[in-house]
Amino acid sequence: MRQRKIIPGVDPKLLIKDAARLMPDASRRGFLRGAASLGALTFLTGCDIIDGDTAESVLRRISEFNDGAQAAIFSRTKLAPTYPESAITRPFPFNGYYDEDDAPEVDGKTYKLEVTGLVDNKKPWTLEELHALPEVSQITRHICVEGWSAIGSWQGTRLSDFLERVGADTRAKYVWFECAEGYTNTIDMPTALHPQTQMTFKFDNKVLPRSYGFPMKIRIPTKLGFKNPKYVVAMEVTNTDKGGYWEDRGYNWFSGL
Amino acid sequence: MSAEAMVTTVPAATTIHPRWVRVCHWINALAILVMIGSGWEIYNASPLFDSLKFSKQITLGNWLAGALLWHFAAMWVLVINGVAYVTFGIITGRFRRKLLPIRLGDVIADIRAALTFKLAHDDLSRYNAIQRLLYLGVILAGVVIVLSGISIWKPVQFQELTALFGGYDAARYVHFFAMAAIVGFLVVHVALALIVPKSLRAMITGR
Repeated sequence: MRQRKIIPGVDPKLLIKDAARLMPDASRRGFLRGAASLGALTFLTGCDIIDGDTAESVLRRISEFNDGAQAAIFSRTKLAPTYPESAITRPFPFNGYYDEDDAPEVDGKTYKLEVTGLVDNKKPWTLEELHALPEVSQITRHICVEGWSAIGSWQGTRLSDFLERVGADTRAKYVWFECAEGYTNTIDMPTALHPQTQMTFKFDNKVLPRSYGFPMKIRIPTKLGFKNPKYVVAMEVTNTDKGGYWEDRGYNWFSGL
Repeated sequence: MSAEAMVTTVPAATTIHPRWVRVCHWINALAILVMIGSGWEIYNASPLFDSLKFSKQITLGNWLAGALLWHFAAMWVLVINGVAYVTFGIITGRFRRKLLPIRLGDVIADIRAALTFKLAHDDLSRYNAIQRLLYLGVILAGVVIVLSGISIWKPVQFQELTALFGGYDAARYVHFFAMAAIVGFLVVHVALALIVPKSLRAMITGR
């Protein structure tokens, strides 16, 4: 059994809470059970729609429809609002919830970012090489799927510039990320090419601390927090949707803001 | 009797709620129950008020992801039905006929009558001042809850709308209080429908 680990991009408090909620309800009826309002729904329609499999598959299909709707709404040029330094949330909430001992510990000296899939140059990148890339900075709002938000300051290089540099086929549909502890994320190519989507190496102009995703986080201010993976060790440009940790557990795939 | 008189007397005198009102009403009732039940579960993931959490017994979705799936499915039903209802309400003139005017004097008089149990419900086709105020109010709360919901869901793509509500965090409070207003309305609305059962019958059969 693996040790309990912190999932990057997700408030660990949420993770533990949701894991606790997920475990006993892993059965398919999990979405439907114990709901008075659903009882009322059944009463009003006069038919029993509490067929777990059917209802859940319908909900998942609507969620996929919502992926399409969000992709249609998404603008490649519309920027997430930015804020002055004075607006930065201190301490940034992730910090408070992190048990440093549980976060993945990546050795920066031996770290190499694997770049695979539909790219011309599959050479792995050392941290030194990554740090030498042109730096951009943003102060944007991180919004968690739970509802809370916090403003942070992130520095790194544009993912779109990096994809161009490695000769990625930007007609591909997705970019997939894998993290040190096995967390995964797939994002759509339009979001990957958005000017604010960043390969992040610093928080508040200091090298990312372990709790914020050292050595690299993908900062995407146009997506919910869990679509902002930390401790990223590999990326793949692909036409196959390889899903993601939370997406596979029921959260909406696109999760755009 | 002229043809015109027949048209105006026969259906208008007997039909309190035309078919489109009844269809929209019950679709909305279902959608709003799902939105409220799942919304409460979503709220629980990050409560706005430390002392307020909704019991699992009255929420829908079982955990955050399930609740979000329900919420973002029912939103289409709520919005499409709501837009149809408001559009029909305006173009048929029903809103103007039924809900306006609302005079302060009438409201005060009707509140006084209600408190002394003298507020009559003899004519279901005519709303008293309190009904007008509540029905118009809940329609406005519906508009606010949808717009604040959109600004929470898409605070980047629709950031101008989010800014109108005072930003992302403020929009969450607006969304919450619009929900509270609708739930408050529902308590009164359902209680009165049960006290005056013919009003419930009228919303089912139209008469």
